[in-house]
Amino acid sequence: MADIVTVRLKVNGVAHEGRCEPRKLLVDFIREDLGLTGTHVGCEHGICGACTIMFNGEAARSCIMLAVQADGAELETVEGLMREGKLHPLQEAFREHHGLQCGFCTPGMLMTALDFLRTNPAPNDREIREGISAVLCRCTGYQGIINAVRAAAPTLAAER
Amino acid sequence: MIARSEATPPRSANGDNAKNENANNENANNENANDENAKNENANDENGRVGATRFVLRPPSVQAGLKAPATMKPPKFEYHAPKSLEEALAALGRYGGDAKVLAGGQSLMPLLNFRLARPAALVDLNRIASLAYIREQDGQIRFGAMTRQRTIEFSSVVAQRLPLLKEATRWVGHLPIRTRGTIGGSIAHADPSAEYPAVLAALEGEVVARGAKGERVIRAADLFQTYLTTTLAPDEILTEVRLPAMPAGAGYALEEFARRHGDFAIIGIAALVVREGQRCKLARLATAGAGPVPVRLRAAEEILEREGLGDAAVEAAARRATELVNPDADIHASADYRRHLTGVLTKRALTRAIGVARG
Repeated sequence: MADIVTVRLKVNGVAHEGRCEPRKLLVDFIREDLGLTGTHVGCEHGICGACTIMFNGEAARSCIMLAVQADGAELETVEGLMREGKLHPLQEAFREHHGLQCGFCTPGMLMTALDFLRTNPAPNDREIREGISAVLCRCTGYQGIINAVRAAAPTLAAER
Repeated sequence: MIARSEATPPRSANGDNAKNENANNENANNENANDENAKNENANDENGRVGATRFVLRPPSVQAGLKAPATMKPPKFEYHAPKSLEEALAALGRYGGDAKVLAGGQSLMPLLNFRLARPAALVDLNRIASLAYIREQDGQIRFGAMTRQRTIEFSSVVAQRLPLLKEATRWVGHLPIRTRGTIGGSIAHADPSAEYPAVLAALEGEVVARGAKGERVIRAADLFQTYLTTTLAPDEILTEVRLPAMPAGAGYALEEFARRHGDFAIIGIAALVVREGQRCKLARLATAGAGPVPVRLRAAEEILEREGLGDAAVEAAARRATELVNPDADIHASADYRRHLTGVLTKRALTRAIGVARG
């Protein structure tokens, strides 16, 4: 059994390769080995949601996954949201509606909201609250985030 | 706040400090990274940001000058990612109970991060494609153990045949938990507050376990022993979950109280009723969070089966439910409060289940 494993994966469409111990968490691999520090490390045990990324197209918490499990996977992180130098419509909505303050939870909020709106393109407020409850925010009081997700929903639905 | 300013000169200025020099020499890769940053910073300066101070946060291991970035939370373990069940069983067998099976990881990984679990090895089932399926067979819906909760949430078979399971799934963690979490993992983990064990108990489902000695089927009533403990042997893997299809027109409800939606239940009640007019042909009630294992409230079920589905019978069943549980107190709720909630939620679950029951 090798102590070091090779992890080949795609992040935001770019192929990467790294070597690490099997116990290395995916979020630490993304931040330290790939240098993509947009994904944040919060509670480190799957509660706060700051580390949420897209794993093969679905939102997942990268602090409770191993890097080695992402071998062969396609990830998307907050760095991949901008298009041609412009903010993603969801990011634009967060800015417009005060969906962030300190910004620590924002990468996780965005990736969670993205998967939420993908599977529920026209949500009501109760559903948005339920979806967003996956990520803890200590600044905004959530209302701005709920407003942002509600505002972004038709734009994202139209793009699909 | 630990930050590093762009203005900090990389190597040369540290030269007069012997300790720093050593740290830097050990850290050739980092130095290169810093040099590259320096280049980028110069480029920024050319873009008219002369004198602007940019703060760059570096991971703790880099700040500490480690040779390779190496933040590690889980303890060391040997890692196996077999592609077949046979390989997985062989790997598991080699460790004589010191290995853990990794399914969705939504409970085991936090335990590893906290180092509350220190297995010699992990046997990761995530690469075994044949363990993820939903099949209808012999009046049962059979789930491969690695079927994700998110798949169950959107399955049309589940929506038609097991609407109680679909409703329960919405209460399992949060969206990004359910994309990874599996039905087999949730049941094998046997958290007494979890929804799937309660549904397994209410529907009188069973699980299939495979071990070196072959396969056996374990009924829900024989599976859960106590907190986080099942009758699965250390060298067995839970491979399939079987739930009998709910009778057409059956009423169902899962009522749960938690501080936030998605938290573990303080109390949850799964209810199933099959009605014939005002008569109750069959009633099922099971709890989450009301003891070390899911509790079937058989004596409360019998009240309904005997007295029908009127308000008085529901009231009596709910009262009886509070006497059938022996909950623990913890940081989230006292035992008395849990017992009280058992009654309140039983009444709510039954009222809603009866409301949607046809027949």
